[in-house]
Amino acid sequence: MAAEKKKLRVATASLAGCFGCHMSLLDIDERIVALLELVELDRSPLTDLKHVRPCDLGIIEGGLCNAENVHVLQAFRKNCKVLVALGACAVNGGLPAQRNHLDIRDCLQTVYLTGHGVRRGFIPNDPELPLPLDKVHPLHDVVRIDYFLPGCPPPADAIWQFLTDLIAGRTPQLGHGLIHYD
Amino acid sequence: MSEPTPAPGGTPPTFSLDGHDVPFEAGQTVLSAALAAGHYIPHLCYHPEFAPHGSCRVCTVKVDGHPAASCTAAARAGTEVDSRSEEVLEMRRRLVQFLFTEGNHFCPSCEQSGSCMLQAVGYALGVTNAHFSPLFPNRPVDASHPDVLLDFNRCILCELCIRASAEVDGKHVFDLSGRGIDKHLIVNAESGRLADTALAVEDKAMSVCPVGVILRKRRGFRVPIGERRYDAAPISVVALQKRPRPSTAPREG
Repeated sequence: MAAEKKKLRVATASLAGCFGCHMSLLDIDERIVALLELVELDRSPLTDLKHVRPCDLGIIEGGLCNAENVHVLQAFRKNCKVLVALGACAVNGGLPAQRNHLDIRDCLQTVYLTGHGVRRGFIPNDPELPLPLDKVHPLHDVVRIDYFLPGCPPPADAIWQFLTDLIAGRTPQLGHGLIHYD
Repeated sequence: MSEPTPAPGGTPPTFSLDGHDVPFEAGQTVLSAALAAGHYIPHLCYHPEFAPHGSCRVCTVKVDGHPAASCTAAARAGTEVDSRSEEVLEMRRRLVQFLFTEGNHFCPSCEQSGSCMLQAVGYALGVTNAHFSPLFPNRPVDASHPDVLLDFNRCILCELCIRASAEVDGKHVFDLSGRGIDKHLIVNAESGRLADTALAVEDKAMSVCPVGVILRKRRGFRVPIGERRYDAAPISVVALQKRPRPSTAPREG
Protein backbone atom coordinates (compact mmCIF):
# COMPACT_ATOMS: atom_id res chain seq x y z
CA MET A 1 0.00 0.00 0.00
CA ALA A 2 1.37 3.36 -1.04
CA ALA A 3 2.29 5.80 1.67
CA GLU A 4 -0.42 8.36 2.30
CA LYS A 5 0.24 11.47 0.26
CA LYS A 6 1.20 14.44 2.37
CA LYS A 7 -1.65 16.91 2.60
CA LEU A 8 -1.11 20.52 1.57
CA ARG A 9 -1.33 22.98 4.43
CA VAL A 10 -3.73 25.81 3.64
CA ALA A 11 -4.42 29.00 5.61
CA THR A 12 -7.23 31.46 4.89
CA ALA A 13 -8.21 34.86 6.26
CA SER A 14 -10.83 37.53 5.68
CA LEU A 15 -9.40 41.06 5.98
CA ALA A 16 -11.51 44.00 4.76
CA GLY A 17 -14.07 41.58 3.36
CA CYS A 18 -17.52 40.34 4.28
CA PHE A 19 -16.76 36.60 4.53
CA GLY A 20 -18.79 36.18 1.35
CA CYS A 21 -15.78 34.62 -0.40
CA HIS A 22 -15.43 32.10 2.43
CA MET A 23 -19.16 31.38 2.09
CA SER A 24 -18.61 30.82 -1.63
CA LEU A 25 -15.82 28.38 -0.77
CA LEU A 26 -18.33 26.47 1.35
CA ASP A 27 -20.68 26.52 -1.65
CA ILE A 28 -18.52 23.81 -3.23
CA ASP A 29 -20.86 21.68 -1.09
CA GLU A 30 -19.99 17.97 -0.83
CA ARG A 31 -16.82 18.52 -2.83
CA ILE A 32 -15.39 19.87 0.41
CA VAL A 33 -15.03 16.24 1.52
CA ALA A 34 -12.80 15.53 -1.47
CA LEU A 35 -10.92 18.76 -0.81
CA LEU A 36 -10.22 17.80 2.79
CA GLU A 37 -8.63 14.58 1.52
CA LEU A 38 -6.05 16.81 -0.17
CA VAL A 39 -5.56 19.70 2.26
CA GLU A 40 -5.44 20.40 5.95
CA LEU A 41 -6.38 23.78 7.31
CA ASP A 42 -4.06 26.00 9.30
CA ARG A 43 -5.18 29.46 10.40
CA SER A 44 -8.66 30.06 9.04
CA PRO A 45 -12.06 31.29 10.22
CA LEU A 46 -13.02 27.61 9.93
CA THR A 47 -10.43 26.47 12.50
CA ASP A 48 -10.29 29.59 14.66
CA LEU A 49 -6.49 29.31 14.87
CA LYS A 50 -5.14 32.82 15.41
CA HIS A 51 -1.67 32.67 13.89
CA VAL A 52 -0.53 31.43 10.52
CA ARG A 53 2.23 28.79 10.48
CA PRO A 54 4.32 27.76 7.48
CA CYS A 55 1.87 26.72 4.76
CA ASP A 56 1.83 25.64 1.15
CA LEU A 57 -1.06 27.88 0.25
CA GLY A 58 -2.53 31.08 1.69
CA ILE A 59 -5.90 32.41 0.58
CA ILE A 60 -6.84 35.97 1.48
CA GLU A 61 -10.30 37.46 1.17
CA GLY A 62 -10.77 41.23 1.48
CA GLY A 63 -8.53 44.22 0.95
CA LEU A 64 -6.56 46.31 3.43
CA CYS A 65 -8.48 48.91 5.42
CA ASN A 66 -6.57 48.97 8.71
CA ALA A 67 -3.16 48.30 10.24
CA GLU A 68 -4.07 44.83 11.47
CA ASN A 69 -5.02 43.79 7.91
CA VAL A 70 -1.51 44.72 6.81
CA HIS A 71 0.13 42.74 9.64
CA VAL A 72 -1.94 39.64 8.88
CA LEU A 73 -1.18 39.91 5.16
CA GLN A 74 2.54 40.24 5.81
CA ALA A 75 2.45 37.20 8.12
CA PHE A 76 0.69 35.22 5.38
CA ARG A 77 3.24 36.29 2.78
CA LYS A 78 6.07 35.29 5.08
CA ASN A 79 4.60 31.86 5.83
CA CYS A 80 2.84 30.83 2.59
CA LYS A 81 4.65 29.49 -0.44
CA VAL A 82 1.77 30.54 -2.70
CA LEU A 83 -0.51 33.45 -1.87
CA VAL A 84 -3.90 33.96 -3.52
CA ALA A 85 -6.08 37.10 -3.58
CA LEU A 86 -9.64 35.78 -3.41
CA GLY A 87 -12.48 38.02 -4.53
CA ALA A 88 -13.07 41.59 -5.68
CA CYS A 89 -11.97 43.30 -2.44
CA ALA A 90 -8.64 41.46 -2.30
CA VAL A 91 -8.11 42.09 -6.02
CA ASN A 92 -9.01 45.79 -6.29
CA GLY A 93 -10.24 47.03 -2.90
CA GLY A 94 -13.87 46.36 -3.78
CA LEU A 95 -16.73 47.90 -1.86
CA PRO A 96 -14.65 49.21 1.09
CA ALA A 97 -12.46 51.12 -1.39
CA GLN A 98 -15.46 53.19 -2.40
CA ARG A 99 -14.54 55.42 0.53
CA ASN A 100 -11.19 56.22 -1.05
CA HIS A 101 -12.27 59.55 -2.52
CA LEU A 102 -13.40 60.70 0.94
CA ASP A 103 -11.22 62.08 3.71
CA ILE A 104 -10.92 59.52 6.53
CA ARG A 105 -11.45 62.20 9.20
CA ASP A 106 -14.67 63.35 7.50
CA CYS A 107 -15.81 59.71 7.29
CA LEU A 108 -15.26 59.07 11.00
CA GLN A 109 -16.84 62.36 12.03
CA THR A 110 -19.90 61.78 9.89
CA VAL A 111 -20.40 58.21 11.08
CA TYR A 112 -19.69 58.71 14.79
CA LEU A 113 -20.39 62.40 15.52
CA THR A 114 -22.55 64.32 13.07
CA GLY A 115 -24.45 61.59 11.23
CA HIS A 116 -28.23 61.40 11.20
CA GLY A 117 -29.55 60.06 14.49
CA VAL A 118 -26.18 60.05 16.30
CA ARG A 119 -26.51 61.15 19.97
CA ARG A 120 -23.53 61.64 22.32
CA GLY A 121 -21.31 60.07 19.73
CA PHE A 122 -17.53 59.75 19.87
CA ILE A 123 -14.91 58.39 17.53
CA PRO A 124 -13.81 54.99 18.91
CA ASN A 125 -10.28 55.22 20.25
CA ASP A 126 -9.76 52.05 22.28
CA PRO A 127 -6.09 51.00 21.93
CA GLU A 128 -7.28 47.46 21.09
CA LEU A 129 -8.82 48.75 17.87
CA PRO A 130 -6.58 48.69 14.80
CA LEU A 131 -6.15 52.09 13.22
CA PRO A 132 -7.88 52.57 9.88
CA LEU A 133 -5.74 53.35 6.83
CA ASP A 134 -6.45 56.60 5.04
CA LYS A 135 -7.15 54.60 1.84
CA VAL A 136 -8.28 51.03 1.26
CA HIS A 137 -5.72 49.07 -0.75
CA PRO A 138 -5.80 45.86 -2.77
CA LEU A 139 -3.40 43.18 -1.53
CA HIS A 140 -0.90 43.57 -4.37
CA ASP A 141 -0.23 47.15 -3.22
CA VAL A 142 1.64 45.70 -0.21
CA VAL A 143 2.91 42.18 -0.97
CA ARG A 144 3.53 40.00 -3.99
CA ILE A 145 0.46 38.00 -4.92
CA ASP A 146 0.87 34.81 -6.91
CA TYR A 147 -2.70 34.35 -8.14
CA PHE A 148 -5.83 36.48 -8.36
CA LEU A 149 -9.30 34.98 -8.33
CA PRO A 150 -11.78 37.82 -9.00
CA GLY A 151 -15.52 37.91 -8.34
CA CYS A 152 -17.97 39.18 -5.74
CA PRO A 153 -17.81 36.47 -4.68
CA PRO A 154 -15.91 34.18 -7.05
CA PRO A 155 -18.36 31.39 -7.97
CA ALA A 156 -17.90 28.15 -6.04
CA ASP A 157 -17.15 26.38 -9.32
CA ALA A 158 -14.36 28.88 -10.00
CA ILE A 159 -12.87 28.31 -6.54
CA TRP A 160 -13.10 24.55 -7.04
CA GLN A 161 -11.52 24.72 -10.50
CA PHE A 162 -8.79 26.99 -9.19
CA LEU A 163 -7.95 24.88 -6.15
CA THR A 164 -8.01 21.56 -7.96
CA ASP A 165 -5.80 22.96 -10.75
CA LEU A 166 -3.35 24.35 -8.22
CA ILE A 167 -3.26 21.23 -6.05
CA ALA A 168 -2.70 19.08 -9.15
CA GLY A 169 0.23 21.27 -10.14
CA ARG A 170 -1.49 22.87 -13.14
CA THR A 171 -1.55 26.60 -13.84
CA PRO A 172 -5.12 27.55 -12.85
CA GLN A 173 -7.24 28.42 -15.89
CA LEU A 174 -10.65 30.06 -15.56
CA GLY A 175 -12.61 29.89 -18.78
CA HIS A 176 -15.76 31.75 -19.79
CA GLY A 177 -18.37 31.73 -17.05
CA LEU A 178 -15.84 31.16 -14.27
CA ILE A 179 -13.91 34.41 -14.56
CA HIS A 180 -16.19 37.13 -13.21
CA TYR A 181 -15.42 40.60 -11.84
CA ASP A 182 -18.91 40.99 -10.34
CA MET B 1 -1.68 52.32 -48.83
CA SER B 2 -4.64 50.08 -49.68
CA GLU B 3 -4.48 47.74 -52.59
CA PRO B 4 -6.67 48.61 -55.55
CA THR B 5 -9.94 46.76 -55.76
CA PRO B 6 -9.46 43.79 -58.05
CA ALA B 7 -11.13 43.65 -61.42
CA PRO B 8 -14.62 42.12 -61.34
CA GLY B 9 -14.30 38.38 -61.18
CA GLY B 10 -10.75 38.56 -59.82
CA THR B 11 -9.86 37.24 -56.41
CA PRO B 12 -9.64 39.90 -53.71
CA PRO B 13 -6.26 40.68 -52.16
CA THR B 14 -5.53 39.02 -48.84
CA PHE B 15 -3.33 39.38 -45.80
CA SER B 16 -2.41 36.66 -43.35
CA LEU B 17 -3.91 36.86 -39.85
CA ASP B 18 -2.36 34.29 -37.50
CA GLY B 19 -1.99 31.97 -40.49
CA HIS B 20 -5.50 32.54 -41.93
CA ASP B 21 -5.91 34.28 -45.28
CA VAL B 22 -8.18 37.30 -44.80
CA PRO B 23 -9.62 38.90 -47.96
CA PHE B 24 -10.20 42.64 -48.01
CA GLU B 25 -11.49 45.46 -50.17
CA ALA B 26 -9.89 48.82 -50.79
CA GLY B 27 -10.40 51.10 -47.81
CA GLN B 28 -10.75 48.33 -45.24
CA THR B 29 -8.58 48.23 -42.16
CA VAL B 30 -7.00 45.15 -40.65
CA LEU B 31 -9.73 45.11 -37.97
CA SER B 32 -12.73 45.66 -40.24
CA ALA B 33 -11.51 43.02 -42.71
CA ALA B 34 -10.78 40.57 -39.88
CA LEU B 35 -14.24 41.02 -38.34
CA ALA B 36 -15.92 40.70 -41.74
CA ALA B 37 -14.06 37.43 -42.28
CA GLY B 38 -15.15 36.10 -38.88
CA HIS B 39 -11.95 36.70 -36.91
CA TYR B 40 -12.33 38.55 -33.61
CA ILE B 41 -9.68 41.04 -32.52
CA PRO B 42 -10.41 42.63 -29.11
CA HIS B 43 -11.31 46.33 -29.38
CA LEU B 44 -13.10 49.03 -27.37
CA CYS B 45 -13.08 52.45 -29.09
CA TYR B 46 -13.82 51.03 -32.55
CA HIS B 47 -17.40 51.14 -33.79
CA PRO B 48 -18.32 50.20 -37.37
CA GLU B 49 -20.59 53.21 -37.78
CA PHE B 50 -17.86 55.71 -36.93
CA ALA B 51 -14.47 56.57 -38.36
CA PRO B 52 -11.65 54.60 -36.69
CA HIS B 53 -10.32 56.41 -33.67
CA GLY B 54 -7.24 54.46 -32.60
CA SER B 55 -7.28 55.75 -29.03
CA CYS B 56 -7.71 52.70 -26.79
CA ARG B 57 -5.03 50.61 -28.61
CA VAL B 58 -6.61 47.39 -27.33
CA CYS B 59 -6.83 46.15 -30.94
CA THR B 60 -3.04 46.35 -31.25
CA VAL B 61 -1.54 43.70 -33.54
CA LYS B 62 1.86 43.32 -35.14
CA VAL B 63 1.89 43.95 -38.89
CA ASP B 64 5.05 42.46 -40.39
CA GLY B 65 6.59 42.72 -36.94
CA HIS B 66 5.56 46.29 -36.17
CA PRO B 67 2.92 47.10 -33.52
CA ALA B 68 -0.13 48.90 -34.95
CA ALA B 69 -3.71 49.61 -33.94
CA SER B 70 -5.62 47.28 -36.25
CA CYS B 71 -8.63 49.65 -36.35
CA THR B 72 -6.57 52.32 -38.12
CA ALA B 73 -3.99 50.20 -39.96
CA ALA B 74 -4.97 49.84 -43.62
CA ALA B 75 -5.15 46.25 -44.83
CA ARG B 76 -2.28 45.56 -47.22
CA ALA B 77 -1.87 42.57 -49.48
CA GLY B 78 0.69 39.98 -48.47
CA THR B 79 1.31 41.30 -44.95
CA GLU B 80 1.64 38.99 -41.94
CA VAL B 81 -0.58 40.09 -39.05
CA ASP B 82 0.05 38.65 -35.59
CA SER B 83 -2.93 38.98 -33.27
CA ARG B 84 -2.46 35.95 -31.04
CA SER B 85 1.18 35.59 -30.02
CA GLU B 86 1.84 35.76 -26.29
CA GLU B 87 3.71 39.02 -26.88
CA VAL B 88 0.67 40.68 -28.48
CA LEU B 89 -1.72 39.24 -25.91
CA GLU B 90 0.48 40.54 -23.10
CA MET B 91 0.47 44.05 -24.64
CA ARG B 92 -3.32 43.94 -24.80
CA ARG B 93 -3.62 42.71 -21.22
CA ARG B 94 -1.45 45.58 -20.02
CA LEU B 95 -3.54 48.12 -21.95
CA VAL B 96 -6.73 46.76 -20.40
CA GLN B 97 -5.08 46.77 -16.97
CA PHE B 98 -4.15 50.45 -17.48
CA LEU B 99 -7.83 51.20 -18.06
CA PHE B 100 -8.87 49.37 -14.90
CA THR B 101 -6.11 51.19 -12.97
CA GLU B 102 -7.04 54.68 -14.17
CA GLY B 103 -10.78 54.60 -13.47
CA ASN B 104 -12.98 53.27 -10.70
CA HIS B 105 -14.22 49.99 -12.10
CA PHE B 106 -16.18 48.28 -9.33
CA CYS B 107 -18.05 45.69 -11.35
CA PRO B 108 -20.11 44.30 -8.43
CA SER B 109 -21.96 47.63 -8.11
CA CYS B 110 -22.18 48.50 -11.83
CA GLU B 111 -25.51 48.30 -13.64
CA GLN B 112 -23.72 47.49 -16.87
CA SER B 113 -21.93 44.42 -15.49
CA GLY B 114 -22.40 41.52 -17.88
CA SER B 115 -23.02 43.83 -20.84
CA CYS B 116 -19.79 45.81 -20.51
CA MET B 117 -17.24 45.55 -23.32
CA LEU B 118 -14.29 46.43 -21.08
CA GLN B 119 -15.24 43.66 -18.66
CA ALA B 120 -15.87 41.19 -21.48
CA VAL B 121 -12.54 42.00 -23.14
CA GLY B 122 -10.86 41.51 -19.76
CA TYR B 123 -12.47 38.09 -19.46
CA ALA B 124 -11.47 37.16 -23.01
CA LEU B 125 -7.85 38.10 -22.31
CA GLY B 126 -7.80 36.29 -18.95
CA VAL B 127 -7.13 39.50 -17.02
CA THR B 128 -7.63 38.72 -13.32
CA ASN B 129 -6.25 41.91 -11.76
CA ALA B 130 -5.17 45.46 -12.57
CA HIS B 131 -1.46 44.70 -11.94
CA PHE B 132 -0.75 48.36 -11.09
CA SER B 133 -1.67 50.28 -7.97
CA PRO B 134 -5.17 51.68 -8.56
CA LEU B 135 -5.40 55.48 -8.80
CA PHE B 136 -8.90 55.75 -7.25
CA PRO B 137 -9.70 59.08 -8.95
CA ASN B 138 -12.45 61.24 -7.53
CA ARG B 139 -15.14 61.46 -10.20
CA PRO B 140 -18.58 62.54 -8.91
CA VAL B 141 -21.58 61.25 -10.84
CA ASP B 142 -24.05 63.53 -12.63
CA ALA B 143 -27.61 62.48 -11.77
CA SER B 144 -29.18 65.80 -12.80
CA HIS B 145 -30.94 64.53 -15.93
CA PRO B 146 -34.43 63.08 -15.30
CA ASP B 147 -33.83 59.98 -17.43
CA VAL B 148 -30.06 59.54 -17.63
CA LEU B 149 -27.31 58.91 -15.09
CA LEU B 150 -23.71 59.76 -15.93
CA ASP B 151 -21.15 57.75 -13.95
CA PHE B 152 -17.78 59.16 -14.96
CA ASN B 153 -15.93 56.63 -12.78
CA ARG B 154 -16.03 54.11 -15.62
CA CYS B 155 -15.09 56.34 -18.56
CA ILE B 156 -12.28 54.97 -20.77
CA LEU B 157 -12.12 58.07 -23.02
CA CYS B 158 -13.12 56.22 -26.19
CA GLU B 159 -15.01 59.34 -27.34
CA LEU B 160 -17.82 57.29 -28.88
CA CYS B 161 -20.48 59.38 -27.07
CA ILE B 162 -18.72 62.56 -28.20
CA ARG B 163 -18.63 61.36 -31.79
CA ALA B 164 -22.22 60.07 -31.75
CA SER B 165 -23.60 63.26 -30.22
CA ALA B 166 -21.72 65.50 -32.65
CA GLU B 167 -21.91 63.47 -35.86
CA VAL B 168 -25.29 61.73 -35.57
CA ASP B 169 -27.37 63.68 -33.04
CA GLY B 170 -25.95 67.09 -34.00
CA LYS B 171 -25.96 68.16 -30.35
CA HIS B 172 -22.34 68.18 -29.13
CA VAL B 173 -23.44 67.16 -25.63
CA PHE B 174 -20.08 65.63 -24.64
CA ASP B 175 -16.43 66.56 -24.95
CA LEU B 176 -13.05 65.88 -23.37
CA SER B 177 -11.17 68.37 -21.23
CA GLY B 178 -7.71 68.37 -19.66
CA ARG B 179 -4.46 66.77 -20.74
CA GLY B 180 -2.67 63.51 -19.98
CA ILE B 181 -3.83 61.77 -16.82
CA ASP B 182 -6.19 64.72 -16.13
CA LYS B 183 -8.12 64.21 -19.36
CA HIS B 184 -11.78 63.59 -18.59
CA LEU B 185 -15.24 63.55 -20.09
CA ILE B 186 -17.27 66.74 -19.66
CA VAL B 187 -20.81 67.83 -20.44
CA ASN B 188 -21.12 70.72 -22.86
CA ALA B 189 -23.30 73.09 -20.83
CA GLU B 190 -22.47 76.28 -18.98
CA SER B 191 -23.50 74.62 -15.72
CA GLY B 192 -21.62 71.43 -16.64
CA ARG B 193 -24.76 69.46 -15.82
CA LEU B 194 -26.39 66.95 -18.13
CA ALA B 195 -29.85 68.30 -17.27
CA ASP B 196 -28.92 71.55 -19.01
CA THR B 197 -28.20 69.88 -22.37
CA ALA B 198 -30.52 68.72 -25.14
CA LEU B 199 -29.64 65.03 -24.59
CA ALA B 200 -32.66 62.77 -25.13
CA VAL B 201 -32.95 59.06 -24.47
CA GLU B 202 -33.46 58.35 -28.20
CA ASP B 203 -30.08 59.87 -29.07
CA LYS B 204 -27.36 57.79 -30.67
CA ALA B 205 -25.05 58.97 -27.89
CA MET B 206 -27.19 56.91 -25.47
CA SER B 207 -26.38 53.61 -27.15
CA VAL B 208 -22.66 53.65 -27.95
CA CYS B 209 -20.90 53.66 -24.56
CA PRO B 210 -18.88 50.43 -24.33
CA VAL B 211 -18.80 50.63 -20.53
CA GLY B 212 -21.26 51.87 -17.90
CA VAL B 213 -21.00 55.68 -18.06
CA ILE B 214 -24.25 56.62 -19.82
CA LEU B 215 -27.13 54.79 -18.16
CA ARG B 216 -30.89 54.98 -18.54
CA LYS B 217 -32.39 55.54 -15.13
CA ARG B 218 -34.83 52.92 -13.79
CA ARG B 219 -33.60 50.30 -16.31
CA GLY B 220 -30.56 48.99 -14.49
CA PHE B 221 -31.75 45.52 -13.68
CA ARG B 222 -34.46 45.01 -16.29
CA VAL B 223 -32.21 42.25 -17.68
CA PRO B 224 -31.05 40.15 -14.72
CA ILE B 225 -27.41 39.37 -14.01
CA GLY B 226 -26.65 36.07 -15.71
CA GLU B 227 -28.78 36.83 -18.79
CA ARG B 228 -26.76 39.71 -20.15
CA ARG B 229 -24.98 40.27 -23.44
CA TYR B 230 -21.74 38.48 -22.60
CA ASP B 231 -23.13 35.90 -20.16
CA ALA B 232 -24.05 33.11 -22.54
CA ALA B 233 -20.99 33.40 -24.77
CA PRO B 234 -17.70 35.31 -24.63
CA ILE B 235 -17.26 38.57 -26.54
CA SER B 236 -15.10 36.76 -29.11
CA VAL B 237 -18.28 34.94 -30.16
CA VAL B 238 -20.88 37.67 -29.49
CA ALA B 239 -18.96 40.31 -31.46
CA LEU B 240 -19.20 38.16 -34.59
CA GLN B 241 -22.80 37.00 -34.13
CA LYS B 242 -24.81 39.88 -35.50
CA ARG B 243 -24.73 43.01 -37.56
CA PRO B 244 -24.91 45.76 -36.45
CA ARG B 245 -22.61 44.99 -33.60
CA PRO B 246 -23.92 44.56 -30.06
CA SER B 247 -23.07 48.05 -28.87
CA THR B 248 -25.51 49.55 -31.36
CA ALA B 249 -28.40 47.41 -30.13
CA PRO B 250 -30.80 48.97 -27.62
CA ARG B 251 -29.10 49.09 -24.28
CA GLU B 252 -30.30 46.54 -21.82
CA GLY B 253 -28.24 47.74 -18.86
